[in-house]
Amino acid sequence: MNTLASPAESNEERIMNGIDFTFAGQRLTALGSGALWCAAHALLCVSDLHLGKSERIVRRGGPALPPYDSRETLTRLARDLAHTAANTVICLGDSFDDLDASDALASEDKSQIVTLQAGRRWIWIEGNHDPGPVEMGGMHLSDWVCGNLIFRHIARTDGRGEISGHYHPKVCLNAKGRSITRAAFLLDDTRLILPAYGAYTGGLHSTDKALTDIMAPDARAILTGAQPRLIPMPR
Amino acid sequence: MVQIPPAIHNWFSNKGWAIHPHQQEMFNRAADPATLLIAPTGGGKTMAGFLPSLAELAEGQHDGLHTLYVSPLKALAADIRRNLRVPVEQIGLAIRIEDRTGDTSATQKKRQRADPPHILLTTPESLALLTSYEDAPRMFENVQRIIVDEIHALAESKRGDQLMLALARLQSLCPNLRRVGLSATVEDPEAIARFLARHPDPCRIIQADPGPDPDILMLKTHEMPPWSGGGAAYAIPAVMEQIKQHKTTLIFHNTRAQAEIFFHNLWLANEEGLPIGVHHGSLDRQQRERVEAAMVRGDLRAIVCTGSLDLGIDWGDVDLVIQIGAPKNVKRLVQRIGRANHQYNAPSKAILVPANRFEVVECVAALEAVGAHDLDGDPRGPGPRDVLCQHILIAAAAGPFDADALYAEMTAAGPYAQVTRADFDACLEFCATGGYALRAYDRWQRLQQQLDGTWRLRDPRAVQRIRMNLGTIQDTDTLKVRLRRNRGGKPLGEVEEGFAASLTPGDTFLIGGQIVRYEGLREMVVEVSRRADRKPKIATFSGTKFATSTQLSDRILRMFAQPDWPQLPRHTADWLGLQREISRLPQRDRLLIESFPDNGREHLCVYGFAGRNAQQTLGLLLTKRMEEIGLAPLGFVATDYATLIWGLDAVTDPRPLFQPDALRNGLETWLAGNAVMKRTFRASATIAGLIERNTGGQRKSGRQATFSSDILYDTLLKYDPDHLLMQITREEAMRGLVDFGRIESMIARIGDRIDLLRLDRVSPLAAPLFLEVGKVPVKGEAEERLLAEESARLLQTAGLEPA
Repeated sequence: MNTLASPAESNEERIMNGIDFTFAGQRLTALGSGALWCAAHALLCVSDLHLGKSERIVRRGGPALPPYDSRETLTRLARDLAHTAANTVICLGDSFDDLDASDALASEDKSQIVTLQAGRRWIWIEGNHDPGPVEMGGMHLSDWVCGNLIFRHIARTDGRGEISGHYHPKVCLNAKGRSITRAAFLLDDTRLILPAYGAYTGGLHSTDKALTDIMAPDARAILTGAQPRLIPMPR
Repeated sequence: MVQIPPAIHNWFSNKGWAIHPHQQEMFNRAADPATLLIAPTGGGKTMAGFLPSLAELAEGQHDGLHTLYVSPLKALAADIRRNLRVPVEQIGLAIRIEDRTGDTSATQKKRQRADPPHILLTTPESLALLTSYEDAPRMFENVQRIIVDEIHALAESKRGDQLMLALARLQSLCPNLRRVGLSATVEDPEAIARFLARHPDPCRIIQADPGPDPDILMLKTHEMPPWSGGGAAYAIPAVMEQIKQHKTTLIFHNTRAQAEIFFHNLWLANEEGLPIGVHHGSLDRQQRERVEAAMVRGDLRAIVCTGSLDLGIDWGDVDLVIQIGAPKNVKRLVQRIGRANHQYNAPSKAILVPANRFEVVECVAALEAVGAHDLDGDPRGPGPRDVLCQHILIAAAAGPFDADALYAEMTAAGPYAQVTRADFDACLEFCATGGYALRAYDRWQRLQQQLDGTWRLRDPRAVQRIRMNLGTIQDTDTLKVRLRRNRGGKPLGEVEEGFAASLTPGDTFLIGGQIVRYEGLREMVVEVSRRADRKPKIATFSGTKFATSTQLSDRILRMFAQPDWPQLPRHTADWLGLQREISRLPQRDRLLIESFPDNGREHLCVYGFAGRNAQQTLGLLLTKRMEEIGLAPLGFVATDYATLIWGLDAVTDPRPLFQPDALRNGLETWLAGNAVMKRTFRASATIAGLIERNTGGQRKSGRQATFSSDILYDTLLKYDPDHLLMQITREEAMRGLVDFGRIESMIARIGDRIDLLRLDRVSPLAAPLFLEVGKVPVKGEAEERLLAEESARLLQTAGLEPA
């Protein structure tokens, strides 16, 4: 088993259990799927979908990976939206693996996005992989403020009430000799970092310097999975 | 009889040597298209292979490459070059001999392609790489002979399948190529001959005189071997005594971890300071080369080693082989023993040292099998298709190819003689488009068909990627270990990624015979410092795992049925008696199951004696049933005799677990989702070129850009379950997993004669199972429960409230 890899659980196991917590005065729920739910605003936030990743890899001369990643990611999102009945959707950047990948998306996947967008406010936050507008409905913003919360792709050192993605955090724990690795939310008083939601995404260990530098010493982690779990962030 | 040229004949006479009958016969048969020589170590096997080449080259008429020599080890190629140059120079032949392996410099390699030597010594991977160059036809146009050394070892792995495909390619470039295979003693020479020869050419088998039977016995010690444990520390004084009495002793171990521990203990007991070295595959290359060089010079009295020294490097004066731990396989034991005493007509001397009492039983069974010349082995079946996919990519790297011609060419390779055109086309389709049910990559096909019908790579840069990922050796992901210094300290070796992940700073472990302290992980390198402790905290990084052959299992079961055991040492007989007293000994027509707690976990030990494959399948099926019943299994390990399952809850009633309907129900879906399948998929996907190990010099690291092959497997299972790679994965897994029929017949044979014994602690017979490597995790309810406990504990320690 590749211990550096993200969790290998099947998608069916990503059921809708969540952990509630308060961040910047707002009650939020971390869902086992890796999405963030804000009931007060009927808002669902997902980060790093990396749609079109398999196509981009092959276009750039890499191996032809199974071309089902976008379909799988959108299926997960559809399930979370059906469950939460969100009015607002925020895709927190790196929604597309690059700007060409958004054009090259299979027509079924494009129409799936249109279906999901119907009747909802939809915000695409720009990420480093998709720094410009894409030809999809919805707003395209570099960041978005909602009350005390600010949504952007990459955390800033001066961020407050900041919800971001980019790092694909994951956590590895040793429980009675069993090493368990899961994608995870990272959380301290001023910032919340979401795990990657896309099907073909790996993760960065919470012990990596990039993450220990940015998160406060008392940061916590919420592990995704059938039943999300809160722990002090391993560092 | 064909006359050997006088110059060569005189050289033999001057040395006082006679040409062996099998050497003469190999010479007589030099014009045959394929010949297989079976000879024990020390039988002048290599010279028998090269004699015809030397004679043909002695005429001085040949231009360019004449003979290719392929061996599984780089070190062997270098060793043969040294050994071959001596007679060539002494006879005064103008023959250029060079080796070409992964260690050869880039300039040297480039020059060899432009101006090849007469004899090139290489490895299967380096040869496959050579065939991927556009100038391959020119380089190989004059090749007359290819010698495949240690072909018995190559024929057991995908490296051999790849080599035979490369030979098929060479044969097209030089139709007169003659093939020679050199093999140690094997149970089925005909299978190796079919593997070697161009299909359907005949292949003559020449058997050298096997020499006298080996002088082999079990070590007698004053100390008793322990109940369990693999270190054989009790035998250190007796082994030390044997080292003193012999010139050079090879001390074989079954795993690298055991070799490390034994070497450490031996060193502590080495009061006279005898020169003793350690050699295994996890050590840094330079360190291994130093040991090899010291051994060739005859500077070492003993070498503690693993399978890394199994193959035939000529180590000179080895006069004793010691095998620590039970030999898991009689054939391998016989081949290892052959390493001692290179004098052809004297018996090889070997000593078996069981590490615990169960291994005493195994050693006695192995000695009986050697005495009866009862070699073991399983037929390997047809060549796997992941290797064929890589072969198609290699062909594409060399230039545009015609599919009909490539198909005709590869079916001349023994392992692939039966491949159908449809199977070949599926592999070609996979290489070209990915072969998915969803046609997504037509614009970006890797291979494109030209107007003239030939196939070529769309992107010329792909050539580089194919060459960089060539080969079939599956190194488990390992991390380098270095001493912590300012600017990168001395490299010590490698450990498995899983082992590295389990370390916390301050842990100590053994590597290269020294104790080191884990300091941290930096840029995917394990940094350590030296420690002067006597005992390491952790000593287990796993190594190669051999399966005991079924023949040995049967012998052991027969032994268990005896009322007493006069052929066993007293302590071992007593130990079996104890097992019979507090539990039972397994019997052929009943199924013994023991249930006991140990170290905070519940265990279930199922003595099926059905062979490792069936026990592994049984482990998968039983843990699935336990998961359904809510018994929270955590994992299992299988040996040839038993499956040991551990979990959170005790099993009190075995009957619900062994209902055939319940076991069969959902078998397909369970098999599809388990860790063994994912591991197999990863290996095949890497060989077939879907996963790239090397991407432009930088190794895949824990960066967020890379993701697990498990995700690819899960995606294919859900959206494209009949994809070629899923088919290959099932075929490959079935080589390691036994189909359900075997389990069903075991259940039918046993009926309701299941004996579940509840014990208060581990039984004598179950104890050795705790040391087995190759544990399979079960991801289910138990993991969720452990995670819940651990998160509650961590929160409490940190003084945090649960959310």
